[in-house]
Amino acid sequence: MMDYDRLLSQKVKEIKPSGIRKFFDIVAVMKDAISLGVGEPDFVTPWHIRDAGIQSLQEGKTYYTSNWGLLELRTEAAAYLKRRYGLEYKPDSEVLITVGGSEGIDNTIRALVSPGDEVLIPEPSFVCYQPCVLLSGGVPVPIETKVEDEFKLTARQLKEKITPKTKLLILPFPNNPTGGIMEKKDLEEIAEVIRGTDILVLSDEIYSELTYGLKHTSIASIDGMWERTVVINGLSKSHAMTGWRIGLVFGPAPILQQVTKIHQYAIMSAPTVSQYAAVEALRAGDKDIEYMCGQYNMRRKLMHEGFNKMGLTCFEPRGAFYMFPSIKSTGLTSEDFCERLLREEKVAVVPGNAFGDSGEGHIRCCYAYSVEHIKVALDRIEHFLGKL
Amino acid sequence: MERILKILEENCRITDKEIATMLSLDESAVARARAEYEKAGVIMGYKACIDWDKTEDESTVAMIELKVTPQYGEGFDKIAKRIYDYPEVESVYLMSGSFDIMVLIRGRTMKEVAMFVSTKLAPMEAVVSTSTSFVLKKYKENGVIFRKEPDDEREVMGL
Ligand SMILES: Cc1ncc(COP(=O)(O)O)c(C=O)c1O
Repeated sequence: MMDYDRLLSQKVKEIKPSGIRKFFDIVAVMKDAISLGVGEPDFVTPWHIRDAGIQSLQEGKTYYTSNWGLLELRTEAAAYLKRRYGLEYKPDSEVLITVGGSEGIDNTIRALVSPGDEVLIPEPSFVCYQPCVLLSGGVPVPIETKVEDEFKLTARQLKEKITPKTKLLILPFPNNPTGGIMEKKDLEEIAEVIRGTDILVLSDEIYSELTYGLKHTSIASIDGMWERTVVINGLSKSHAMTGWRIGLVFGPAPILQQVTKIHQYAIMSAPTVSQYAAVEALRAGDKDIEYMCGQYNMRRKLMHEGFNKMGLTCFEPRGAFYMFPSIKSTGLTSEDFCERLLREEKVAVVPGNAFGDSGEGHIRCCYAYSVEHIKVALDRIEHFLGKL
Repeated sequence: MERILKILEENCRITDKEIATMLSLDESAVARARAEYEKAGVIMGYKACIDWDKTEDESTVAMIELKVTPQYGEGFDKIAKRIYDYPEVESVYLMSGSFDIMVLIRGRTMKEVAMFVSTKLAPMEAVVSTSTSFVLKKYKENGVIFRKEPDDEREVMGL
């Protein structure tokens, strides 16, 4: 008998598995359950982008690309970041194409964090930062963002958590799951704290195109921040391209050289067909973004109004495509709420504690669904609340 | 306000209140705009889109290309009116290209359509020739693809 428990990596074993698995098991045996649980667009990738991928296959472009990614794509990526956010990066040394933003985040953390380094992570947030930090032997330090601060990271909170061991600040805005964003003035206050320290920043801007009423600002565009910031972006959310697995990493050349070294040994290069599709997306996809963002915005308002009407307090999200209502008034824990909602009304939503302890007392509902779907789901949630 | 039209074009059963929420407008403003669009004939109706092939109904649709001699002083309008007044006629278009008028007709059977063409359309003195093609299968009409909505293939939950 193999004693797997003894053989497996202690570090990996200690990482908590994702908390939503058990909901899958319930949904799997349930007929006509409906979901607000996804983390991706409901649009199919626009046809001209898919067509560019198909075209590349027809032309036989089936080889590895350069480790950094096609130069043509890096050039388009740099042009895109300049056009949309005023950021300047050199395509030949400051841009890397990865397998989703996910790989970019992982590689960047591995390239920056040494054992014992502290990494500041605003929470609630996307789930990958903490495990990546742990695998590098770093120490995750959560910072709880609060609804009364519109789920922003404040300079005061940041200052309180900085120690001589602080290596990296993760900035996950626009935020999954809260919908919070950081405006230019908020970022300036953060920059004021960070400038003059040795702290680096990993800015996960994967939802940068999905803001409502205010254009996204990147922290790398603030004075003195470019040289200490790695920007993660990608096409998954902005261009409805989650399955293509293309991420974009931007940063100073000395950092990107190390990040690319990991990418080179672990991945070789991002999928070639996806890179060709991405060239088309970045070159001619701005109008697709606008259309999809407009649709999300209407659904956002509809869902927000729905939660308000049923008496669940809910921050009006300003970015991404999630709503994070508080369910504290029901007296249930997030997981109990979600499990009962699923069993009794057949609606799947994600418990807030999946995004960090500070998410307890909330649920995450995605509005990347059709208006009809959202209306049915909201009716069922309202019915559920009426029974409690 | 054309955003209201875009929403209604997708789904005309949505309420004024829901449109108002989605566009951050007053419900009364939406109701007023809708009434004006109706009055001005911008909104021409709220019809269901029906795939008759899935019902017992056996009706058939044909496209008929007509070559006609335009009439002095009236151009094609007079002959077009004579055609579109027939209730069997669903659509009439004046065309550029190798023929002049396109007529869409719905009839119960192919025979009925053929009879209509030979007894009503072909004898009109302005009509020089007709060419009838029957629709065998409908794939997409007015932006609606005629197949079952594909299932949502996304994972029920994702982080
Ligand atoms: C905040 C955030 N960052 C990164 C990702 C990863 O996206 P991808 O790897 O598809 O680029 C996600 C996906 O849900 C996310 O929510």
